[in-house]
Amino acid sequence: MMGLPLGMHGRVAAAAQSSARPPVIWLHFQECTGCSESLLRSSHPSVSSLILDLISLDYHETLMAGAGAQAEQSLHESMARNRGKYLLVVEGAIPKGQNGIFCKVGGKTAVDLLQEVAPGAAAVLCIGTCSSFGGIQSVGVNPTGAVGVRELVTDKPIVNIPGCPPSPYNFLSTVLYYLTFKRLPELDALGRPKFAYGRKIHEHCERRPHFDAGRFAQAYGDAGHAQGYCLYKLGCKGPATYANCSVQRFNDAGVWPVSIGHPCIGCTEPEILFKLPIAEKVQIHDPTPFDSYAPANLKEKGKGPDPLTTGVVGLAAGAVIGAGIMMAKKLPDSIPTQKAEPHRHEPTK
Amino acid sequence: MAGAGLVTTVATPAAASTDHLPNNDQFGMLYDATKCVGCKACMAACKRVNARPGGLAFEQARFDEDGLWDAPEDLDGNTRTLIKLYKDAKGWSYVKYSCMHCQKPSCVSVCPVSAMTKDPKTGIVDYSKDTCIGCRYCQVACPFNIPKFQWDRTIPQIVKCDLCRNTNLKEKGKPACAETCPAGAILFGRREDLLAEARSRLKQYPKRYVAHIYGEHEMGGTNHLYLAAMPFERLGLPTLKSEAPASFSERIQHTIYKGFIAPVALYASLCCIALRNLKKTVPRPEAELERTQPKEI
Repeated sequence: MMGLPLGMHGRVAAAAQSSARPPVIWLHFQECTGCSESLLRSSHPSVSSLILDLISLDYHETLMAGAGAQAEQSLHESMARNRGKYLLVVEGAIPKGQNGIFCKVGGKTAVDLLQEVAPGAAAVLCIGTCSSFGGIQSVGVNPTGAVGVRELVTDKPIVNIPGCPPSPYNFLSTVLYYLTFKRLPELDALGRPKFAYGRKIHEHCERRPHFDAGRFAQAYGDAGHAQGYCLYKLGCKGPATYANCSVQRFNDAGVWPVSIGHPCIGCTEPEILFKLPIAEKVQIHDPTPFDSYAPANLKEKGKGPDPLTTGVVGLAAGAVIGAGIMMAKKLPDSIPTQKAEPHRHEPTK
Repeated sequence: MAGAGLVTTVATPAAASTDHLPNNDQFGMLYDATKCVGCKACMAACKRVNARPGGLAFEQARFDEDGLWDAPEDLDGNTRTLIKLYKDAKGWSYVKYSCMHCQKPSCVSVCPVSAMTKDPKTGIVDYSKDTCIGCRYCQVACPFNIPKFQWDRTIPQIVKCDLCRNTNLKEKGKPACAETCPAGAILFGRREDLLAEARSRLKQYPKRYVAHIYGEHEMGGTNHLYLAAMPFERLGLPTLKSEAPASFSERIQHTIYKGFIAPVALYASLCCIALRNLKKTVPRPEAELERTQPKEI
């Protein structure tokens, strides 16, 4: 799951069992809490084991026991005590428009909160497409001026774990990776961990054989759809979307949107989610071979020309050559010019 | 692998082509058709790796309106390797096409400008687009029908496998197809090792294979070897003599032109005839007239 060789599992397990739990501060901004909900549904490790055994979740607006001043106190104490060591998890986009008045927590705007908490963080984990790239509220006219964390925090290592919601295991794996190796996993150009976002959904899709063979569902509920054919023509963004959904699946039950018949909407891609219509086909930039084979037999040679044709052509060619010779004989012996004259009697041999 | 180092050190064209005997130290590939599962991962990998430096593009089929697939029907100006299928009532077999990297390649022999070269050390038959004049003799000469011309381009090239010499072989020590093959059907290595492996497979599973290593002797030996479960002729691999046509034609040519004696002798005798005839006509009064004419003008 973390893209590690099997032999590393001992190290990961040891890191997970060690008592040094890194402090985590979790901030919620413009979001639907779907990412937290996704995390609550993980089972290995379960969220309880995550927050009680693996990390010290010092502040999380949905999960913390305290409220009001008590919660604020926990946040500030953790920030002061663990300065430079805590992991900051951001869920939701940050509205910058009109001085950030569109999202306030405890009387502070999201921008102010982020600027207050981020400088003391060891790293920022952005869970979900909103905090990674701005999400749905940043699309189109973007009335609240919503942006992702990477637009505001530039001096901290940022890991984006996009998805709407992301697989909780991509988040948990990133945390475990950090616990094990004390550094962040390898990231792609969009700041996503390569172990989870290194390949396209299309590459491991269970409907892929149908794609290769050209078997597509043409409409929802048609015969092809019922047969489990490829959803590309219904607008599946799998061929352009980097994520491990087709492998990791969701809800520990082996399901994901494509498995229940809905095309991928490209929720991990900032340029696709909510920007391309769900029904629009994506251009495939690196096509793969079609599922058919050219016959291997040696090509049969053509019959060649008919003997009659050969004869006719030969006779015609002979006639032309003969006519040419006859014509040459009838040409005058010399052209009466000054220069040709003296050479006329020159011996030819 | 040691391949990467070797490739970078040698780049001279085949100078010592006369001491032609199977050079088993050269690189080659062993394709085992009985192991191939026809997944075409090699085709995809070849195109992915060689797309830019090799000028390869995807081949869109006529039925493919959306541009979804790469569907070459044969090796062509965009395709260096291809999996085909032979099927009849008795059985079937996949077969991979790509350059055979002959020990004595005809394409190199016929190339008038040495754009086709054979590296004596690695055995890679390579092509230089900067030297090529586009005569396509190599296409005609190749008995395997491998070099392909980019008919559809303004500035075309000949396209053929170069064992990923400038790409995957340099970076990872293996051609992309051999690296990618999930079934182990494509082995890359020294020709000697590949032949030993092929022989041991024939010995171990005599029922599985046709008892012949295609490419061991064909055309004076090729560096790309085949094992298969059915006659190679059916897989589109022609039955060929063990003497390379290039050796035969070069022997004729090199005999005629040995030491340049024959041409010199021919032109010397022609010269004698001409001179003898010239003496008979030297004292010509007209000749002097001609010499004086330019002065008057």
